[in-house]
Amino acid sequence: MLGYLLRRLLYALPIALGVTLVSFTLVYIAPGDPLNAIAPADAPADVIESLKVTYGLDRPMPVRYALWLVRALHGDLGASIASGRSVASEVMGAVGNTMILASAAAAVGVTLGCVLGALAGYFSRSWIDRFASALSVVGVSVPHYWLGLVLTIVFSIRLDWLPAMGAGGSGEWTWDEEHLRHLVLPAATLAVIPMGIITRTVRALVAETLNQEFVVALRARGLGGFAIFRHVARNVAPTVLAVGGLQVGYLMGGSILVETVFAWPGTGFLLNTAIFQRDIPLLQGTLLVLCLIFVALNLVVDVVQPWLDPRMARA
Amino acid sequence: MSTDAALAAPADRGGPAQPLLRVSGLKKRFTVRGGGIFAAKLTLRAVDDVAFEIAKGETLAMVGESGCGKSTTARLIARLIEPDAGELVFDGEAVGRFGGMALKEFRRNLQMVFQDSFASLNPRLSLLDAVAYGPRMHGLSDTAARARAGALLDRVGLAPAQFGARYPHELSGGQRQRVNIARALAFEPRLVILDEAVAALDKSVQAQVLNLLQELKAERGLTYLFISHDLQVVRYLADRVLVMYLGRVVEIGPVERLYGAARHPYTQALLLAVPSMNPARRTERSPLSGDPPNPIDPPSGCRFRDRCSHAAEVCALVEPVLRESAPAHWAACHLDDPSSGHPEARTE
Amino acid sequence: MPEIARARQGYWRGVGRALRRDPVSVVSGAVVVLIVALALLAPWLAPADPYKASMLRRLLPIGSDGFLLGTDELGRDMVSRLMYGGRLSLVMGVLPVLLAFVIGTSVGLFAGYVGGRWNMAIMRVLDVFYAFPSVLLAVAVSGALGPGMSNSMIALTLVFVPQIVRVAESVTTQVRRLDYIDAARMSGAGTASIIRVHVLGNVLGPVFVYVTGLVSVCMILASGLSFLGLGVKPPEPEWGLMLNTLRSAIYLNPGVAALPGAMIFVTSIAFNLLADGVRSAMDIRR
Repeated sequence: MLGYLLRRLLYALPIALGVTLVSFTLVYIAPGDPLNAIAPADAPADVIESLKVTYGLDRPMPVRYALWLVRALHGDLGASIASGRSVASEVMGAVGNTMILASAAAAVGVTLGCVLGALAGYFSRSWIDRFASALSVVGVSVPHYWLGLVLTIVFSIRLDWLPAMGAGGSGEWTWDEEHLRHLVLPAATLAVIPMGIITRTVRALVAETLNQEFVVALRARGLGGFAIFRHVARNVAPTVLAVGGLQVGYLMGGSILVETVFAWPGTGFLLNTAIFQRDIPLLQGTLLVLCLIFVALNLVVDVVQPWLDPRMARA
Repeated sequence: MSTDAALAAPADRGGPAQPLLRVSGLKKRFTVRGGGIFAAKLTLRAVDDVAFEIAKGETLAMVGESGCGKSTTARLIARLIEPDAGELVFDGEAVGRFGGMALKEFRRNLQMVFQDSFASLNPRLSLLDAVAYGPRMHGLSDTAARARAGALLDRVGLAPAQFGARYPHELSGGQRQRVNIARALAFEPRLVILDEAVAALDKSVQAQVLNLLQELKAERGLTYLFISHDLQVVRYLADRVLVMYLGRVVEIGPVERLYGAARHPYTQALLLAVPSMNPARRTERSPLSGDPPNPIDPPSGCRFRDRCSHAAEVCALVEPVLRESAPAHWAACHLDDPSSGHPEARTE
Repeated sequence: MPEIARARQGYWRGVGRALRRDPVSVVSGAVVVLIVALALLAPWLAPADPYKASMLRRLLPIGSDGFLLGTDELGRDMVSRLMYGGRLSLVMGVLPVLLAFVIGTSVGLFAGYVGGRWNMAIMRVLDVFYAFPSVLLAVAVSGALGPGMSNSMIALTLVFVPQIVRVAESVTTQVRRLDYIDAARMSGAGTASIIRVHVLGNVLGPVFVYVTGLVSVCMILASGLSFLGLGVKPPEPEWGLMLNTLRSAIYLNPGVAALPGAMIFVTSIAFNLLADGVRSAMDIRR
């Protein structure tokens, strides 16, 4: 087991390295001089030269990458071109907000998905099943940014129950009513994605488990209800946890659309700003942090899953 | 139109005394990852210095437990896997060597029928297409290939008008094996390797397919290498038998001699394990003790010694070599060798 | 022989029959056909010029006189905008998937058949791209390349290629191990012929099934990119972009503002259900 853990870790390192490489070089794939974003077009030559040195653009690419990587390992991701603030502090502030949003959405979505999926699997082929499956298809097919707009229209504009934008108040996140009210709509919107996927997964697993001979044997022995539920839960839980864990990562990376709709001050929002302002350091830094979180999450899931479900344990 | 000129039956080159296939020094090692994270690469000697001959027109059976290397040997001969060492001489010509027989030509002379009849057929090709594929690859025109395929399907008992357009999943296991046989024959090979070809079939179907194989052999002058673990079938079909254990040949001999008076303890044990209708031959104790040892780490000296009831000191020290102890009967055992130093060795 | 040609047709006809018998597939198929038709025939069917703006007629509600679905923030007719918008949205949803299918299957086939170091090298490189969540990768690449329709399509293709390669490689590796490949090798056929005749046919099926599910995802992502301002540029009509520009109108005219997204939703669901139906139909026959 330890061997598996170490091997998995070793395997994740080159991937993480590759991620840093892609994060760094992605900003340079566009045609055009990156300097154009930083300096105004009519700046005198010596200003351009000094800017070049400041941002290290006078060195060759591999050197720039190495320098950036080394600094990043020390927690220094450079300074944002637009705001001048440290990229690391901006990103870390935003990451917290996105994590809250993603976790809330994942929690709601996974729970709902489990309930719906279990009902659908248990009452297989009944109207409950069809209803839950329909909801699942909707969850996977709906453009969630549109759903966010619709929910805003209904709950914020028409009914005025919930706020339309922002995270509530400025500065740090606190778990008070104001902040939570701001969390409801974005989390609900984002939750449909995991809901759709988990419903389908759970439904299939529950239906499959209930068909197993083990269950028939239990019923034949006169045990029903709870014993069967426990058996089903034990079979389904590892996969749900794995998929759910991956979903959190996916939501963290993919929250940009919902954050844009609700002006949620998270990493997606930050990324949006960075792209449009061509703020290279901010772009690289945000990308790096988000992807490393995703890689770390994948690693955690890969390691925890075989521990929970021996069948999944690979050599 | 001489459509068959491109795929004419290959001619006999060496004459009747020349063995059809001579295998020598065949070796194949697989590297396997061991346990633990700093995995040492371990070597699995799947085939370890195997040598034998197959005479023209005979059926040589290869028997042994699972994992003894029979299938690997077959695949090495067929060049589906590359051997680490070893030489193949087909009808007097070295295969794959400069000045000898080219691989593509060798492939025409040698065909194989596999155990899994379903996995042997491309599920997307109709039966006729499947059988016609090979001849087409060798230059036959479409029509000619189809015609030959149809004739072959007919010969194996599947009327082409009825079966030609069908797909593998529509047939039973026995029918599929017949298609596989037809496909193998489409090249007019001289040697056919049957790798557990009837093992997956029901007994009654087995009998039909075996009879078909016998007929085809007589009709077309084929030579068979029949790999099996079923000793009763082997007795029915084979002229000579080769026994393998852990990648080595332990005994070769004519079938009746082997079944009547086997020289190697392993062969004796295998034969004892065959259920018999004769109540006098009831076995009580299992003739073979222990599990087959790990092929990665075989015992020193004779590989069979830790399961052999006759094991002695010399067996752990010296590995026995194949000796011809009777005409055309070879065995690799110290018991059989008067000069080996084994206390129970035969006296000449 | 004519029987063989008939047998091959028989499989696809069977799939078609299974599809026709499933009401969900029929309805969703009809919806897809309808939307595609409206998009294709937009130049002839649209009641008004989708680019014609009029400040006087801004944000007219649904059901207004002469403007069945209202007008947008620049006074342009919504019906026409939606119909024309379908063209770009559909193209951006389908084309990247098609491209990724071709590229991904080729790479996956190669990696799966050849195995060994090539396989490892290719899959490890792809693993790096797999480490990015799709939305993030699409946004990042699209953002890096700059706004524009072709840039977005390149970004989307890049997002889907690794997934398809994974599926194709996995299936190819499984097929490669089967005995009929060995039998084909024994027949003296060349590698290209073996791949073409024996491997390709058996790999395309499962990959195709996987790919059909990607179309709706791609549509949503593509429109999402336009929604962010990274895809289609104004004044071109495209559902995602329209959703973006109409955003501020949700206070004044929420009905109209929500329309483009509704179109994306309906199209996406229809594709998804149709893909599910095709999957089941192909499954039964095999």
